[in-house]
Amino acid sequence: MNLSMKWLGDYVKADMPIKDFCNALTMSGSKVECYEEEGKNISNVVVGKILSKGPHENADALFVCQVDIGAESPIQIVTNAKNVKEGDLVPVALDGAVLPEGKIKKCKMRGVESFGMFCGIETLGLTAHDFPYADPEGVFVIEEECVPGQDIHSAIGLDDTSVEFEITSNRPDCLSVIGLARETAATYDLPLTVKAPGFKGVDGDVNSYLKVDIHDAQACPRYCAGIVKNVKIGPSPRWMRERLRASGVRPINNFVDITNYVMLEYGQPMHAFDLRYVEGAHINVRRAQDGEKIMTLDGVERELTSEMLVIADEKKPVAVAGVMGGEYSGIMEDTNTVVFESAYFEPSQVRQTSKKLKLKSDASARYEKGVDPTISMTCLKRAFELVELLGAGEVVNTVIDCNKSDFKPSEVVFDSAWINNFLGTDISEDKMKEYLGRLEFTFKDGNVVAPAFRIDIGCKADIAEEVARIYGYNNIPSTDFRGVARAEFTEEQKFVRTLRNAAVALGGYEIATYSFVSPKYFDKIRLPQDSKLRNVVRIVNPLGEDTSVMRTSTIPSMLDVLSFNYNNRNEKACLFEISKEYIPASEEKPFINGNILANSGNEKHKYQYSLPDEPQRLTIGMYGGEADFYTLKGMVEQILDEMNIGDVEYVRAEDCQIFDEKCALHPGRSAVIIKDGVHIGIMGEVHPEVQETYEIGVKTYVAKLCIPEMMQLAAEKITYSPLPKFPATTRDLSLLVDNETPVADLEKAIKSAVGKILEKITLFDVYRSKEMIESGKKSVAYSISMRSHDGTLTDEQADGAMKRTLKALNAIGAELRG
Amino acid sequence: MKEQLEKIESQAKQELSSCTEIKALDELRIKFLGKKGELTAILKQMGKLSAEERPVIGQLANKVRADIEEAISTKLAALKASAQSAKLAEERIDITLPGKHAPFGKLHPLTKVENEIREIFMGMGFEIADGPEIDDDYHVFEALNLPPDHPARDTQDTFYIENTNETILLRTQTSSVQVHVMENQKPPIRIISPGRVFRSDAVDATHSPLFHQIEGLVIDEGITMSDLKGTLEMLMKKLYGKDCKLRFRPHHFPFTEPSCEVDISCFNCGGKGCSMCKDEGYIELLGAGMVHPKVLENCGIDPEKYSGFAFGLGLERMVMGRYDINDLRLLYENDVRFLEQF
Repeated sequence: MNLSMKWLGDYVKADMPIKDFCNALTMSGSKVECYEEEGKNISNVVVGKILSKGPHENADALFVCQVDIGAESPIQIVTNAKNVKEGDLVPVALDGAVLPEGKIKKCKMRGVESFGMFCGIETLGLTAHDFPYADPEGVFVIEEECVPGQDIHSAIGLDDTSVEFEITSNRPDCLSVIGLARETAATYDLPLTVKAPGFKGVDGDVNSYLKVDIHDAQACPRYCAGIVKNVKIGPSPRWMRERLRASGVRPINNFVDITNYVMLEYGQPMHAFDLRYVEGAHINVRRAQDGEKIMTLDGVERELTSEMLVIADEKKPVAVAGVMGGEYSGIMEDTNTVVFESAYFEPSQVRQTSKKLKLKSDASARYEKGVDPTISMTCLKRAFELVELLGAGEVVNTVIDCNKSDFKPSEVVFDSAWINNFLGTDISEDKMKEYLGRLEFTFKDGNVVAPAFRIDIGCKADIAEEVARIYGYNNIPSTDFRGVARAEFTEEQKFVRTLRNAAVALGGYEIATYSFVSPKYFDKIRLPQDSKLRNVVRIVNPLGEDTSVMRTSTIPSMLDVLSFNYNNRNEKACLFEISKEYIPASEEKPFINGNILANSGNEKHKYQYSLPDEPQRLTIGMYGGEADFYTLKGMVEQILDEMNIGDVEYVRAEDCQIFDEKCALHPGRSAVIIKDGVHIGIMGEVHPEVQETYEIGVKTYVAKLCIPEMMQLAAEKITYSPLPKFPATTRDLSLLVDNETPVADLEKAIKSAVGKILEKITLFDVYRSKEMIESGKKSVAYSISMRSHDGTLTDEQADGAMKRTLKALNAIGAELRG
Repeated sequence: MKEQLEKIESQAKQELSSCTEIKALDELRIKFLGKKGELTAILKQMGKLSAEERPVIGQLANKVRADIEEAISTKLAALKASAQSAKLAEERIDITLPGKHAPFGKLHPLTKVENEIREIFMGMGFEIADGPEIDDDYHVFEALNLPPDHPARDTQDTFYIENTNETILLRTQTSSVQVHVMENQKPPIRIISPGRVFRSDAVDATHSPLFHQIEGLVIDEGITMSDLKGTLEMLMKKLYGKDCKLRFRPHHFPFTEPSCEVDISCFNCGGKGCSMCKDEGYIELLGAGMVHPKVLENCGIDPEKYSGFAFGLGLERMVMGRYDINDLRLLYENDVRFLEQF
């Protein structure tokens, strides 16, 4: 809402400095976004009277003028304007003047000195709407009352200040000059003067012109209408145009301007239309028929439904109620008789219609929030008062008031003690009454009664807010927080915190990615057509395809970021993210979010459906530097160790049925991490095809770990083992084994053969000679450390263990290397 | 004999003074004091002396030995010290060469600031609550006093989810967690809930379809607007220092009454007005208010008995303010060169 300060002055004396005004209104609840002093970018421009206009000695297209600028002697100005003549009053930018487009300096034009410049309306930052009589191409010949030398601001009314307010949706009453005048008066405790409008009119019976019937009193409780005949369509006077302009509304003609003026003044949308096009001279406020059509003022044909309310004549709709008029019933050059409408429409009705038609207007914006239900007639009278003031036609002195409204202002118990307890204040009851009185609240039988325009008042807390905002939010004391402070992280929060810190400690940079992705990722990571990951939560109204589905895997997000970094020439990256996947609920797994369903305290709202699951994942990605499968695996191992998840198995991912992301990984260089039969995660080198798709030029590695599964498997307790009292015995084993045998098998065999005295197995070499390559073998060397807590191990004990070990190793095809 | 002893002493002292190495010093010790050394050789002749001379010479010989020993040990200490300092000088390195780094990553700036805020609230006894990001209309809007036709719904462009029966959507605000918590917990309630929210805003320097909020909720008997002010002032003083000033401005949210927006004195000009704060001296920071009685009622809490306050912080805005980041997109691009700065 843009407010003209001059207009505001009609109702309240707001002559304080503009900055104070803006601040005070902001702090009492009407937030000022900014203000603009008109013509602030214009200075040193005055009215000049052209005394003489003669030819230029060196140029046929130029003229030399002597101009009276109210100084002792006239000044000389060279111009190319053809539309000025002796005696004309024109804006003169003097030497050193500032205009929106820049500075003006005296100069010589083709050898003749010019001490200034004549201005056109555009040069002053105005348009033809501001001064319809001005020649838009030439110099602005002023027809206003003014004298030579007068500053241009006052001469043409460029001295208003326009203040832009951000009005919240609960205060539609403030979308009007009078509404803001009320707030100003209440804020500063100033008198407010709003006169009841009135008009003289000419004798006539309105009923002989027009008949009105409301067919849906719920959607339209009140409809007022009147007639203006013998209208004279033309531009409105300057003061009205200026005020409209300061309010951000374009002046059009006197009738349209009057409807806009009243709307801006009172917040009540008005509609004026040509009686000629009302067939049967009969207005019916009724529901539209399904499929009924209307061409609205914006030139678009719209199909209506029976949920919508229309203003119709006997045959067709002439307006969509509260939203927009029809194209054909608008005011034209040759209109003779005009119907003025001032009505109250039920807010949600207008809102639904506007939403359905995807059509918004200044009228619908006000109606859908709620206008004062009691001012329809006042505003009709105000419009007629203006018609008479402007001499725009003859108003028939009887009006139609179809009033089926049962409106009652809201009443709330007035409880000053409760208000003080709620706010933490100590405001006297008298003071509260004074504040509320300033806001036009009244008191009746222990209740406080809201004025009709305050449709937002409904409970004690609303009254507390009114008191608080006039008292001043910043005058409410601040109290230190009281009560027992008892809080701790949940097990999950602690787990995630440790996990995050571990990932950082291992060199990971944390990233943040969007939860929604492009469905193209299915193919980009080579998911089979029947993959369950293709079953996604879809957004109905996404911003674009790129963000249209909720991800079922965090890996593509990671690949996107790795690709972004690679293509920004970052040599290496080691990244991680802790974030969610979104898995649709399914028949087998009707996911019910946590314990929400079970414990819902609200009987009214029963959950009949399931929300998607949102499991948390740790995703790791790396390329460049030392990144390889084992670097990634090392990081995973260290993280699992930090989270107390021991004894996990790494199984080839190609056989895995759980993680379909295996398709995105190199079949020979990927693994699934399993403990006690639970799949914790998947990791590996990115498949060369996927790597290429993501335009990453080096080998790339990713891992995904499932946080709920990790939490489930993490050892809850760490038990200390006493430090050894007796020395360890170490034996080295160098083995020759089939190349295909995983070392995990060898280790398993060693572990069970050595038994309790095994302290540690260290793999220290894997080697293949040419010969071994030919025979499909490899050499694996271990150092095995054994120790007993009962005493120093004897050679016999150690040798015995090694004998058992070798036997077990032989059984799986491993031999001692000679 | 006396002359011989004195000569040995002076000779020893002379040779010691010209000795520069620890090894040579050892040789000198053997030469003068060793079993076959010069002093011993002289002492061996003691037997030839008279009984009167013997104690005199004996005393003298002992003094000479002690003197030489002391001179040697002094010299030894001096030589050790100079050898030590020579070694230290030789081992001098360029301490401006870079250190050897073990790999160590960084937290995302969003996490860093969120952690800071979590800690402050934990200290004030707030627990941390989580809620679903994909939620139903009831929890995100209706229970929060935003019925289907409420005009305030316009300001939160919502992403809807394909679904047959119920309206499922991506939450536009963490306020939905208020409802989940109140449905499951009896007062006193004191929680914050950080998390992702989604609005259909195209990406630019200050907008993102996904961003983070931190919701706060306190419900108990006798909670006042003063408590809300005190709590937020405490938070901001801990985050931005003792000198920051807060301004509480009336506003409207359907789920609080009274509602306010809270501004903080401009980080740049401290309140005088500059281009950063559009000459206002303050920067908008968060929305807050007293929980609307209808919201309490919707969640099965008696508004006559209990009252409470709620607030919602935009995490991105705080992160950007804290690190002078001027483009929101940087937070979600995750360029390593950006991430390593925090």
